[in-house]
Amino acid sequence: MSLLEKPYFLMPKGSAEMANSVNNTGVAALRRSPAEHLWTDFTVGSVAGERGVTLREVPFQTMVGIRVDPVSEAGVRLADVTGGLPVRCGEVTTGPAGVSVLWLGPDDFLAIAPGDAQDRLPGLLVAALGDGAGQVVDLSSNRTTFELSGPSARAVLEKSCAADLHPRSFAVGTAITTEVGKVPTPLWKTGEETFMLFPRASLADHLGRWLLDGLKEFASDRNPSWL
Amino acid sequence: MLLFTCPNCGPRNETEFHYGGQAHVPYPEHPDQLTDREWAEYLFYRENTKGIFAERWVHSTGCRQWFNMLRDTVSYDVKAVYRMGEQPPALAEPVSNQPTSISAPEGAKS
Ligand SMILES: [Zn+2]
Repeated sequence: MSLLEKPYFLMPKGSAEMANSVNNTGVAALRRSPAEHLWTDFTVGSVAGERGVTLREVPFQTMVGIRVDPVSEAGVRLADVTGGLPVRCGEVTTGPAGVSVLWLGPDDFLAIAPGDAQDRLPGLLVAALGDGAGQVVDLSSNRTTFELSGPSARAVLEKSCAADLHPRSFAVGTAITTEVGKVPTPLWKTGEETFMLFPRASLADHLGRWLLDGLKEFASDRNPSWL
Repeated sequence: MLLFTCPNCGPRNETEFHYGGQAHVPYPEHPDQLTDREWAEYLFYRENTKGIFAERWVHSTGCRQWFNMLRDTVSYDVKAVYRMGEQPPALAEPVSNQPTSISAPEGAKS
């Protein structure tokens, strides 16, 4: 009996989404990302050069919320799929197929993977959790991804993020949950001058415009002629 | 702006936290045997401390975990943070609402 012939309630959790996407390959072309209407503004507003800073949206990443005690059997099974679970604040684990896991709390994690993982990753994680105590929820539509990069990226963030972003306390490869422009978001430093932000979809417009506003000063001449 | 040290995340801005009131208020052992007055006292009556106070906080925009804090309500000095379920650490100054000194409503056991 194939997956699609089984009654819905007999399917393993997560397989309904898989079946759905198999039947709806055309849906992907119709999706609109939460900040798509700002893409032109992002391109125009980004700044090149030694004070440069670039803002772009990385749409439709796969995101899966994981709640589990990491030292339980279910936690170990989930870690096998993701290539580990982070054990402390700031830590990010990286695993196969571009899967990274951010630490949100002692039993609260966010797995992030490229968009094409959405057909498989949530189902694999649900299967790994099995009957264990915890939660695996496909949150891909919950948040979008902003990438802020360039020599002035940290300066833009520091205008409205209270966390200490100095490299001595916020190293490449770490992620924290904080607020940027009062928008709660995980903040992941993926490179010396590159930061990933994950605003919830409904706040993407606000944060996108907020960051654009923060870019503006770096586009202007440092020594204007009227001085 | 105050800096609070979350037991999980380290020092963070006060605005990332929310207050949870007095810590170490024991749940009545037999809530069904309490009079209305005793139940109301359990729910609503709290110390109004001038000095060091044991209280609960939640790191809402961080790890979303609750923890306890000893804070001086006069100076806002944070004397200690410790995890839920733990007893307050010993301090030089007295803590007004130590679990042992709290006056629990009749019928309640701490
Ligand atoms: Zn925390």
